[in-house]
Amino acid sequence: MTKVNITINGQQLEVDASMTILEAAESAGIEIPTFCHDPELTRVGACRICVVEVAGARNLPAACTTPVSEGMVIETESERVIKARRVNLQLIWANHPQDCLTCEKTGSCKLQDYSYRYNVTGSPYQGEAKVFELDNTNPFFFRDLNKCIYCGKCVRKCFEVNGAGAIEFMYRGFNSKVTTAFDVPLEESSCVMCGMCVDVCPVGALTPLQGLHNNRPWEVEKVLTTCPYCGCGCTYYLHVKNDKIVGLTPNFEGPLKGHMCVKGRFGWDFVDSPDRLKTPLIKKDGEFVEATWDEALDLVASKFKEVRAQYGPDAIAGLSSARTTNEENYLFQKLLRSLGTNNVDHCARL
Amino acid sequence: MTNTINEVEDAKAIFVIGSNTTENHPVIGYRIKRAVKKGAKLIVADPRRIELCDYADVFLQLKPGTNIALLNAMAHVILKEGLADEEFIKARTENFDALKATVEKYTPEYAEKITGVPAENIIRAARIYAEAETASILYTMGVTQHTTGTDNVLSIANLALLTGNIGKPFSGVNPLRGQNNVQGACDMGALPDVFTGYQSVTDEKARAKFTQAWGVELSGTPGLTVTEMFSAAENRDIRAMYIMGENPYLSDPDSSHVRYCMEQLEFLVVQDLFLTETAKYADVVLPAVSWAEKEGTFVNTERRVQKVNQALKPRGKAKADWQIINEIGKRLGFGWNYRCAEDIFTEIAALTPSYAGINYERLGVTGINWPCPTEDHPGTPILHVGKFSRGLGRFSAVEHQDPAEKPDEDFPFLLTTGRVLYHYHTGTMTRRSKGLRKVLNEELMEINPHDAKALKLQESDLVKVSSRRGEVKSKVRITDRVPRGVVFMTFHFKETAANLLTSSHSCPTAKIPELKVTAVRVEKA
Repeated sequence: MTKVNITINGQQLEVDASMTILEAAESAGIEIPTFCHDPELTRVGACRICVVEVAGARNLPAACTTPVSEGMVIETESERVIKARRVNLQLIWANHPQDCLTCEKTGSCKLQDYSYRYNVTGSPYQGEAKVFELDNTNPFFFRDLNKCIYCGKCVRKCFEVNGAGAIEFMYRGFNSKVTTAFDVPLEESSCVMCGMCVDVCPVGALTPLQGLHNNRPWEVEKVLTTCPYCGCGCTYYLHVKNDKIVGLTPNFEGPLKGHMCVKGRFGWDFVDSPDRLKTPLIKKDGEFVEATWDEALDLVASKFKEVRAQYGPDAIAGLSSARTTNEENYLFQKLLRSLGTNNVDHCARL
Repeated sequence: MTNTINEVEDAKAIFVIGSNTTENHPVIGYRIKRAVKKGAKLIVADPRRIELCDYADVFLQLKPGTNIALLNAMAHVILKEGLADEEFIKARTENFDALKATVEKYTPEYAEKITGVPAENIIRAARIYAEAETASILYTMGVTQHTTGTDNVLSIANLALLTGNIGKPFSGVNPLRGQNNVQGACDMGALPDVFTGYQSVTDEKARAKFTQAWGVELSGTPGLTVTEMFSAAENRDIRAMYIMGENPYLSDPDSSHVRYCMEQLEFLVVQDLFLTETAKYADVVLPAVSWAEKEGTFVNTERRVQKVNQALKPRGKAKADWQIINEIGKRLGFGWNYRCAEDIFTEIAALTPSYAGINYERLGVTGINWPCPTEDHPGTPILHVGKFSRGLGRFSAVEHQDPAEKPDEDFPFLLTTGRVLYHYHTGTMTRRSKGLRKVLNEELMEINPHDAKALKLQESDLVKVSSRRGEVKSKVRITDRVPRGVVFMTFHFKETAANLLTSSHSCPTAKIPELKVTAVRVEKA
């Protein structure tokens, strides 16, 4: 691969010629703010928050769309750059609700983070503000388009990754908004509720209903695990607070790039269903009666021994499970085989 | 899968057969659509007009239970038109002549009579598959849940061998596994004839190895499969059963029979998260924990071993399945004392060559695809590169056979079953999820508009669906997703348990039941 020599913030680098300034900076551990950039989506250069100063260039190019070239000298946090970013943020704030206190995105909001970073407290620009009705018609997340900053990541994720293409920009200029064809509710569109739009929204425009008012990022522990539904094996981080799941972040670094479906993204709340079995049960006179583990396990072991002694090991059979772990399947077949039978199978055929 | 999920996106042609991928494996469905956008050709074979048909270059709407005729006809066209990869056939396969002789009579016109698929579409599909630089076949239960399930899969393998679409990137024979750890359960030997890593119980060497490691005498006679177990319970050959994390009363064919067989048992222990329809017949119910409350590993459909980490404390007095089994093992005098899931994994790796190089530490955030024989081995994303595990790839000469049930005067419709996007299997998890329940909480049997009209049915009308084994009442959804004469139901809803209708006719080799073809009668209720 062809290499070029560039300088970023005084640091000399040799990088792939195919890189953008943003990618080159990231490869050197230099973070440039972005709203509309996502490594797997088409580069659109829409939000302009990633502008940088390039020596010899008249204006400030967007780092996410500008390719590096030999000898390029780049400043990512110069006075001019910071001034431009501040104006950019002020323009967003001119038309953005200032309800960070209660906004679910607080703590993981890029608008908030960059405003803090560049000390932008509001907007000197006064004017009309959007008034969109809150859309909370679908059972998984609500849409507050008043908070939308038009980065378009949701639109691209839906079209380019999911393929549903359920949402697009509609209307022009000040009236424009991200919505479905003919502006119908999401659930009447081609949307399949995968939630991938929610997970790329940089602000509070798209918010999961699960964990509402209970999911501040600094309060939750994130545990990496693997989805229990189909065989795709998507991995994600469960947000845990006070021993409850309150949310989820896809594993964007995982092999499946953080792609999700509705069951995996939103279908985990069965964990705390009131129907969960909490104690062993033993049937007595046709009714289940609560039992201790010792009672239940002793009974199981003695029955297995009894049946084996009376009818031989092949009178016992076990169905293991494609839902449980490898370790559990291993132990299950080891148990049956140790009893002397190969009568062990599971639901692979179903 | 012989290849990986991400490779699907860069295949030049994709042949999806018997898989409603966008609903059952959504993130693989995304990749198929992306591949089409990048210019890949897509062939879809399914009795139903599934979403992927909107993206397909050719849609082969075959009658349920006619896969072999279709696949053999594709092989016929590939051979006739000289599209086969002769070099690959010569270097890496055997039994080619037998295949050639068998598919000779499967002209596209002959197959059209059996499958209902126009001959010209079969020809187009064959050309697309064979002419592409790389072609990937994706299939699921639409192929396997037939009395000819094994032969169906062998016919798929024939196509891959004929065109050299195996052992290289962006190709392969790719079954999409329907459950989070069905691959792992098989790998772990939760099957009647093999120990871990598919080491046969009839192989004396393997048995000796496990006997030594486990310190017990082991049987060399393969055991019974799930469907056989229930019949054996009926005959009183099986007296006690241990069912972990399964709900066969709803998931297995011919539910009334399953229930009857369970009732004949002297002792049934069921281990689950919920008091499932199956657990109600148990003598002892043991409360297990969900995936979020325990540690371990799952293996996805591309053979990637991935970590499951504990996020929550066990609910109530529930325990992880491995802890429960460990306790039973102790009480049976096996001298077990596993302290954690990792203890067990270490033992698995020691006894299973394809897992020998895997340990928890190595799994990280990406996991490892088996086979991974040594600790410095990176894992194997693509199987059969350069050589098949059995040496040469063997062509199989297989003939079309009619499904066990055909429509007749009394049962004029064919019922085929499957899943929908918003629910999963017998609904024990998804129906307890608030959002999913809100989207859909009842069966909507799909029926073609012509059939609906003949039966004077309106959208959401209630119908009685009966088969030779049982009947259920269901609402209907009138849609041309299903062709005339075919109806579709899920098995998610206990109120309309579709498996009361299905038959236990099964594939003689794999013992997989023919859930995809049941003759039924539909009447306005």
